[in-house]
Amino acid sequence: MLERIEEKLMILADAAKYDVSCSSSGSKRKNTGGIGDASASGICHTYTEDGRCVSLLKILLTNHCIYDCAFCVSRKSNDVKRAAFTVEEVVDLTMNFYRRNYIEGLFLSSGIFKNADFTMERLLRIVKKLRLEERYNGYIHLKTIPGASEELIQEAGLYVDRMSINLEMPTEAGLKLVAPEKDHDSVRKPLQFVNTKIQTFQNEKKLIKHTPTFVPAGQSTQMVIGATPENDWEIMSVADEFYKKYQLKRVYYSGYIPINNDNTALPQIGSRPPLIRENRLYQTDWLLRFYNFSLNEILNPAFTQLDLDIDPKLSWALRNLHLFPIDINTADYQTIIRVPGIGRQSAVKIITARKYGKLREYQLKKMGIAYNRAKHFITCADTLAPLGFKYAPQIKSTILQMGSSKYKAEIAENQLKLF
Amino acid sequence: MNYVFDGSYHGFLCCVFECFEMKEWHAVPVAEGFFQPDIFLPERTIFTDVDKAKRIQDALINQFGKATADDFYKAFLSEDTEAWNAAFYIMVLLFKGNHSILEHFGDLKVLYFHQTLKKVSRERHRMKAFIRFSKSNDGLYYAIIEPDFNVLPLILSFFRNRYTDMPWVIYDVKRNYGFHYNLKGLSEIVIDKQEQTAFQNTQLTIALDERDELFKRLWKQYFKSTNIEARRNMKLHLQHVPKRYWKYLVEKQ
Repeated sequence: MLERIEEKLMILADAAKYDVSCSSSGSKRKNTGGIGDASASGICHTYTEDGRCVSLLKILLTNHCIYDCAFCVSRKSNDVKRAAFTVEEVVDLTMNFYRRNYIEGLFLSSGIFKNADFTMERLLRIVKKLRLEERYNGYIHLKTIPGASEELIQEAGLYVDRMSINLEMPTEAGLKLVAPEKDHDSVRKPLQFVNTKIQTFQNEKKLIKHTPTFVPAGQSTQMVIGATPENDWEIMSVADEFYKKYQLKRVYYSGYIPINNDNTALPQIGSRPPLIRENRLYQTDWLLRFYNFSLNEILNPAFTQLDLDIDPKLSWALRNLHLFPIDINTADYQTIIRVPGIGRQSAVKIITARKYGKLREYQLKKMGIAYNRAKHFITCADTLAPLGFKYAPQIKSTILQMGSSKYKAEIAENQLKLF
Repeated sequence: MNYVFDGSYHGFLCCVFECFEMKEWHAVPVAEGFFQPDIFLPERTIFTDVDKAKRIQDALINQFGKATADDFYKAFLSEDTEAWNAAFYIMVLLFKGNHSILEHFGDLKVLYFHQTLKKVSRERHRMKAFIRFSKSNDGLYYAIIEPDFNVLPLILSFFRNRYTDMPWVIYDVKRNYGFHYNLKGLSEIVIDKQEQTAFQNTQLTIALDERDELFKRLWKQYFKSTNIEARRNMKLHLQHVPKRYWKYLVEKQ
């Protein structure tokens, strides 16, 4: 019995780990006489040796699947051990991990067995058991099964905190290369449906206080990066569109990890997952959402691929040197957050502090900004008049020599650009 | 002038009271444990008077709001004398009428105060994340902690709101006190050293719930399975989970 459950956990956690969503934030579920609550900020309870956070018990209900998507480890034609949890096993694991403070909640996904509705119905049963019988108020992230009926999706929405459904490949053309049975429409439809419902429930809540919550932590999606030939501009255009159209809370980018060599169109085993590129995409995502950049400033048809050796904000600044240097003591918040090396919190600090006296270099250095990067783009009260004009390549090489980039060694392996 | 106080927060607030009563604006509060007599500096022992402390605390709340009052308490829990000095300096200036002093990030003492708050808040968050309960056979969930700062008072309400339907104990062995929740309310507990050793060698005294080992094993298994070997990044891993926390983390045993 014990060996069996341990083996199931091994197989079904392993199969679920390629879904990178780990967020446990954004929900405000209160503890109403039961067990657990959802902390608004989310909590990462531990971190794996690959540096990713573990906040939820992330498992598949089963890795049996009727589909045969080339990028997926659980595809029908792949020769892996198959397993399936019972409803009771998932509930028991979740509750016991939660009570020991191992996890913040449950992330439940599944391979599709028999058909979409049959799978969705089984997932719903687990969620309801947790909420109604165990009186559990912790976080639940549930995968929307593409093709499931709207009734089931709507009912699930009443019990979970977040729902997500993955785009997998950034473009329809890319998806067709590796998963001919799938299309983007089957992702858009449920996202649209749930989003409309979220809005409806929120509007009702304004009128009637007792309106139940419906997917309070919103929706997210995920794209696999580097399996198909899309460039960064295409990827971010899709992300940008989905943020605007479906009010997604997050778009996740997951560097493709080669699973086997069956499909020659995909990167083969032994090739390194594109971790740096993934990181740069996330940085871009943040610039769009929190720094008021518009996509075409960072990526556009003339500049389709993000730099690997410098972050996208620095890259933008070097392409727009005519906007700099800015005066730290007079510039407004929106201008300050566009300076490479200054984040939102430091910008607020700078604005608050300068009311009480002009800021000097030594004060800025202490405030927690990346001064070596920022100094090329700002002047403060005691900045000496700059000697001569600096060129972008010059600034870039100075910054790269000063810094100890975490990627230095990896980037040096790559071939240098000629132009 | 050095004010020698007993190391409690009440005592610290009494130093502020004394400073205004005697108009000794350059006084520095020093806790007994850290005090080294200085031949060139006069010193005075400050007796902890709960009423005086309460007057200062009430004044803080009334004039500057509860959040600011809480911040001073949090900074005090850092147990860092430099942060205490900064807090004292800021509190005195606040009461003297410089109401914007807390925003003056260009002042290194003020900046240090805010940085300390950040450190304490980070440790508080880590404790919410890294506490691991074990279940004994009488249904009590218990956890041992050794936080860098004295953050136990700051996480109690979080655990009470979350684990409402089960009895639990969180014990800080570094500072030798803990709290017990019995489904109704919280009470402070102190365990003597001998019992503590027994407490930590669970096999000896506390009989574990029969399924506790099973879930520990499953959790370790899950921790291994969810890792992606191709993405291995130990530097980042250590940044997130510094080694000093491993001792009490089930998955790192």
